[in-house]
Amino acid sequence: MSYTNAAFVTQPSGNNRSARWAGILRGKKRRPLEWLAEKGIFLVSLSAILMVFLIFLFVGREALPIFLGRMDSSVAIKVIQPDQMASLSREELQAYLELSDDEFAGMDEETLTLMMEVKLEEAAEAPEDKDASVNTTEWKYLLQPHQWTGYDKPEHIWQPVSEIHKYNIIPLLIGSLKATLVALLFAVPLSLAAAIYVSQLASPRVKEWLKPAIEMLAGIPSVVLGFFALLVMATVLQKVFGYDSRLNAFVAGVALGLAIVPVVFSIAEDALTSVPRSYTQAALALGSSKWQAAWRIVLPAALPGVFAAVVLGFGRAIGETMIVLMASGNASIVSWDLFESARTITATIAAELAETVFGDHHYRMLFMLGTLLFAVTFVSNLAADLIIHRLKKQLEGRT
Amino acid sequence: MKKLIQSICAAALLAGVAATEAGTITAKGSDTLVILAQKWAEVYMARNPDTTIQVTGGGSGTGFAALQNKTTDLANASRQIKAKEKIACIKAFRKAPTEYKVALDGLSVYINAANGVEALTLAQLDGIFTGKITDWSQVGGKAGRITVYSRENSSGTYEFFKKNVLKGKDFFARAQTMPGTAAVLQAVGKDPSGIGYGGAAYGAGAKAILVKKDADSPAVAPTEENVISGNYPIWRYLYVYVNPALDKGELGDYLKWIRSSEGQKIVKNVGYYPLPKTLQLSSR
Repeated sequence: MSYTNAAFVTQPSGNNRSARWAGILRGKKRRPLEWLAEKGIFLVSLSAILMVFLIFLFVGREALPIFLGRMDSSVAIKVIQPDQMASLSREELQAYLELSDDEFAGMDEETLTLMMEVKLEEAAEAPEDKDASVNTTEWKYLLQPHQWTGYDKPEHIWQPVSEIHKYNIIPLLIGSLKATLVALLFAVPLSLAAAIYVSQLASPRVKEWLKPAIEMLAGIPSVVLGFFALLVMATVLQKVFGYDSRLNAFVAGVALGLAIVPVVFSIAEDALTSVPRSYTQAALALGSSKWQAAWRIVLPAALPGVFAAVVLGFGRAIGETMIVLMASGNASIVSWDLFESARTITATIAAELAETVFGDHHYRMLFMLGTLLFAVTFVSNLAADLIIHRLKKQLEGRT
Repeated sequence: MKKLIQSICAAALLAGVAATEAGTITAKGSDTLVILAQKWAEVYMARNPDTTIQVTGGGSGTGFAALQNKTTDLANASRQIKAKEKIACIKAFRKAPTEYKVALDGLSVYINAANGVEALTLAQLDGIFTGKITDWSQVGGKAGRITVYSRENSSGTYEFFKKNVLKGKDFFARAQTMPGTAAVLQAVGKDPSGIGYGGAAYGAGAKAILVKKDADSPAVAPTEENVISGNYPIWRYLYVYVNPALDKGELGDYLKWIRSSEGQKIVKNVGYYPLPKTLQLSSR
């Protein structure tokens, strides 16, 4: 066999061309099929990155008018009576009715009069309010409290479907952070403890069924978890803690925690297991207990991986939608009380996007929230990556 | 194998021919109206096998958007068309869409069955749902915080309650929003301090309260006769909108039929209220 092989190598061209083409030939010669496959796979993986980039581009584009301050949500309308239509020039009329050239050209007198009348109706629908001419999509109104008609003091209000569209995003930011915080407080200690136990202390037999069992939590659809939280957990937790509001950030956070336990556990456990066995063996040989070796030697060595696990858990928790939509009560209030209801960014987008008018300020505002969410997870992942690299260097003594 | 493919092709061709021959009416819009519209379509199609009616939901706004894009024949709506939507329709087909009232809908206000409060005035409801009244003792109940349950702001019911009861004011910021009438009832049924609103429905542990127009008027239950007579104060019309150019032939017949006494009988079966006799058309 080796003889024939050598013969092929020494005869690069000729009757063995097909064998070469198929990439069977060994040695340092180029193998076109493999080269093709390699580039193909590269393109596929590139397309994933491209996809993420395109999604961000799309979301960002839809939100751009808000960022640039080009959206106007004021509801005040000036009116011209229909019987004064004759006194307007054609240009004035077209501008007043907000028609494009084509639309305007296609309309006869009767239709235009009808448009004038409907315009009157629109003005009649507009509320008489001191804030009617306020453009509520300005950053001032998005971030700072404002005293709207009917409120006793300046407040952060998210009421997009209202006579005056109120788009203050502070309640939503607080809601998202509140639920995520509870989720992390609940899930991180739990999954880290489980990871340390499974990777360092448990006997192989216990490990064999414990690890898949915890990871199976990831298989529960979030809508089912949300449903469970809404019906069962909310009632049980209210009985235990005795707070007022049945659905709140705490219930949602605990359910959210259940959803991120498998993520944090699985990555942390991998990190702990990948610490070289010799570390533990050295510690044990020097007389430390199993627990001391795990806590003092293995955990610090695996810290970058554990940190990555926590950050990924954060990303999953802040982006999770269904659980918070069902269990958090969705009241948009400014309160850091964990037992009060919370409205998260994700739940807001999910609940409101379906009924918005395409291209409307409400629609754009929801896309702005989406961009914000994307930016938060991106920055947190990036920061985590940088910190992990630094920690790794430190731990390996390469500072 | 070849034969099979041939027969499938033939069947597909036949189905295609059949679909173009018979009239297909599409209706899109309010989720409130979906069940009713589907029931209408079902009964009407059973009687007129040549007619196909397709009903989809998505919300009143979605229905109007589809009407102006001419992707639907009928727009179902649980509210009147807004001037902005009317303008878009005029731009699309030069005429304002024709409006038909097709049924009545009454909204009930629900509280926990264990709550002693029996009746509330409209002003009290306004106060509770805007957050001016926060304790049950302020409206004659046992002292305790009121937990307000509302609907998502994408829902037609939300807009209806806001317009009719709150007169356009904002809902209480602490109002918890639920994804449907069933969820509101479920929450109110589990929460002794809860209050919520929704269409006529049944939920264990929750009861519908009586509503008074003002402090001196009688307390009225949300029953059929009270809603139809207008005595119960929280009610609305349900509408169907159509491009006037299409309102003829088969589609016109269907629109007449749903407003006839036959069509109105079905309204009752799905939990809404039929139009008052004066608005009904006599049966053909």
